[in-house]
Order: sequence, then C-alpha cells, then structure tokens
Amino acid sequence: MQFKDYYAIMGVARDASQDEIKRAYRKLARKYHPDVSKEGDAEVRFKDLGEAYEVLKDPEKRAAYDQLGKGYRPGQEFRPPPDWDGGFEYSDAAGSGGGFSDFFEELFARRAAGAQRGPGARGAEMHARGQDHHARVLIDLEDAINGAVRRITLEMPEVDSEGYLRTRQRELSVRIPAGVREGQQIRLTGQGAPGLGRGTAGDLYLEVNFRPHRLYRVDGRDLYFDLPVAPWEAALGATVQVPTPGGSVGLKIPPGSAAGRKLRLKGRGIPGQPPGDLYAVLQIALPPANDEAARASYEAFAQKFDFNPRAALEG
Amino acid sequence: MSQRRQTVQGILIEESVEITTGELCQACAVRREWLVELVEEGVLEPEGLVPEQWRFPAESLRRARIVRRLQRDLGLNLAGAALALELLEENEAMRARLARLSATHAADHD
Repeated sequence: MQFKDYYAIMGVARDASQDEIKRAYRKLARKYHPDVSKEGDAEVRFKDLGEAYEVLKDPEKRAAYDQLGKGYRPGQEFRPPPDWDGGFEYSDAAGSGGGFSDFFEELFARRAAGAQRGPGARGAEMHARGQDHHARVLIDLEDAINGAVRRITLEMPEVDSEGYLRTRQRELSVRIPAGVREGQQIRLTGQGAPGLGRGTAGDLYLEVNFRPHRLYRVDGRDLYFDLPVAPWEAALGATVQVPTPGGSVGLKIPPGSAAGRKLRLKGRGIPGQPPGDLYAVLQIALPPANDEAARASYEAFAQKFDFNPRAALEG
Repeated sequence: MSQRRQTVQGILIEESVEITTGELCQACAVRREWLVELVEEGVLEPEGLVPEQWRFPAESLRRARIVRRLQRDLGLNLAGAALALELLEENEAMRARLARLSATHAADHD
C-alpha cells in the first residue's frame, strides 16, 4: 500500500487553514468534476480529491493523518503502526464510504465497518430492495452496429464475513444489443446491490459510451466520414468506392460538387427503427505539383480558366 | 456465484420507454420530494398531472443523476445545478457539432 499525500492532491500547504482547504476543494471539484471536465483522467482525479477532502476537512481525521504521515513521501510503501486501530475514534462513520483507496480504507474505514458489523443486529424483520447501481461500458462502433457481448468489471461495496466494508470485483458478461447509441442506458434487472432480508436485488444501469473510431464520427445513429476526391472527380462527377460499416460500396459524386458537400447513403448508419444514415463529407485533394509535367499541367489549367476564387472578398 | 459466467441481457432504454416516479427515485437513490422539486424547477418534464401518474422520458434518468451529483459534489443549489446542466448540454451539443462538421479543419487549427 502506498502513502498518499493528500496535501499535494489538494495543492495546499501542510499548515493550510480549514477555510483554505475548503476553497481549494471547491475550486478543484469544479475543475475535475466528471460531469463537467473533458480531461481523460478527471474521474480518477476527482476521486482522489474527494478522498483527500474527506480527511483534511475533518480536524480529527486530519490530525490523525498528520501524525501517521510524518516522514512518509507520496508513493512510498506505507504500513500503519500495529496499535493504529485502537488510537482514534471517529464521530462520523466514513459517510459516503466505498470507492476510496486501500490507503484510506486502512486508515479510516475499520471503525466505520465496525459500526455496520453483524447484519443480524439490524433485526431479522428488516426487508428492503437493494440499491440500483450505475456503471459505464466502453464499446466500439462495430459493437453498436453488429451487437456484441462485452465483459465488464464492476466494483461492488459489500460487508465481508469479518464485518469490514470492502469493495469486491465482480465480472459480468453483458449482451450489447445492435442499434445502441452513444449515451444510452441498458437496464439489467436484479444485477444491482442485493436486497436485505426478503427484499429483491436492485437493478444495474449501464451507460454505453463509444470509443473514438478511426474513420467515422457518430451523431445519434448517423455516421459521418471525410471522403477525399480529386478536383476532376468533384467537377465532372465520378463513381468512387467508399467504405461503409457493411463493406465497400460505389458512391456517385454529382458533377460540380463543392468541398464540404454531404452525400447521404441512406440507412447505412447504426441499425434501428429507423436506421441511421451514413454521410460522406467531400474533401477536395490536390495532386502535388512536384515535377515539371505536373507544374505544366497546372499552368495550362490556369490559362484555360478565367477564374477568380476570391471574387466574393472584393467589394 | 452462478451468474458470474452467464451472459445477461438487459433492456435498452429507448426514448420511447417511459419511467415512473418510483423507478426514477430508486434509480437515482433520491426521495420523491426531490423529484417534485426538479419538476417544479422545469428540469424534468413528465407527462401526467400528479406524481402518482407521472411518466418521465428516458433521458430524465441521465439528467436527474447529473443534477444530483452536481448538487452533492459541488454544493450547488437546485437552480444552480439546473443551469449548469443546461450549459453542459449546450456545450456537449456544440462539441458534437464541431466534431461532425469539421474534424479535418479542427485538426488543422490545433
């Protein structure tokens, strides 16, 4: 288990006042909140931040952490002293609980777990439906088009036989139905937290997110990709082979097509009722003028046309 | 656990699926009063006249959970969280539009 420097995580000095700590938390929380931030590691940073704040905002926990942390550096192997468990008493039992690091659990969760020990103490007559859980699953666009089975790993908080609150990893194979869209939820009945007594288990909601695709951009069920064409193909029209998720097809480029024109391949996006469309966005690619013959061709081209591309800029 | 190796099949929550007040409370782990406030604030727009008859569109689940997290994690009040949600959605729509229209151009300007 590695030592975590909560002060460094929050970017405050070791002698920061409680007010400074609160301000630092608020500021960083806005920055790294996973619903707000677009940074890839936002979720991890926000979790670390929450854990650091959970300790530093509470003078009791902060004092305990300071005392234990003397002489440790971040990342250093950490062992709590043997008498640790008996030394401190905490008024609020690790409220939000679950999801914090092993380091945190080792320091602060034992007491909390003690309070939850022995489900029998709750009384045998207690029945309640288990909580619903939420998780995210990352899939490829191809999975949304063809459907797939994806194995996901979930972290479930649970009370172990010793009465300690632990997170247990649980693997689940989930069928991803064809036609699913970015951000859609899949409800898995009974796969959430177990119920109490005769209560039924909660449900698991999976939010589906797509990995970025090499070729296609996704908008609902519609797909977009850039299609480079030669100037003469755009001017004169042509039929070119284009990639679709279902394989290569011939696409007719109408004569006089400008760059940015969208050509629709109906129904060739993500399947559904109705299925999405596939759009080719035209990009005009110029052949390089890197030898004599090519330059001569461009010059002949220029002389043939009385063409001012900037006519619109002139007053 | 017996379910560990088997493949589970879920229900895809389509736009057409409607969620009841009870289901939404359970899924967001919130009390009914809180959902009522969300409806009064105009964040969620269910069909039906009273909470017992409310039917929420599927996207309500995502929206309610974001508001819940913003309130809990950032200490926002309901109006503030509702405003943040709307700005986030607008932002998201613009990002998607940018990616869709000009992936090539955006890369050139970086």
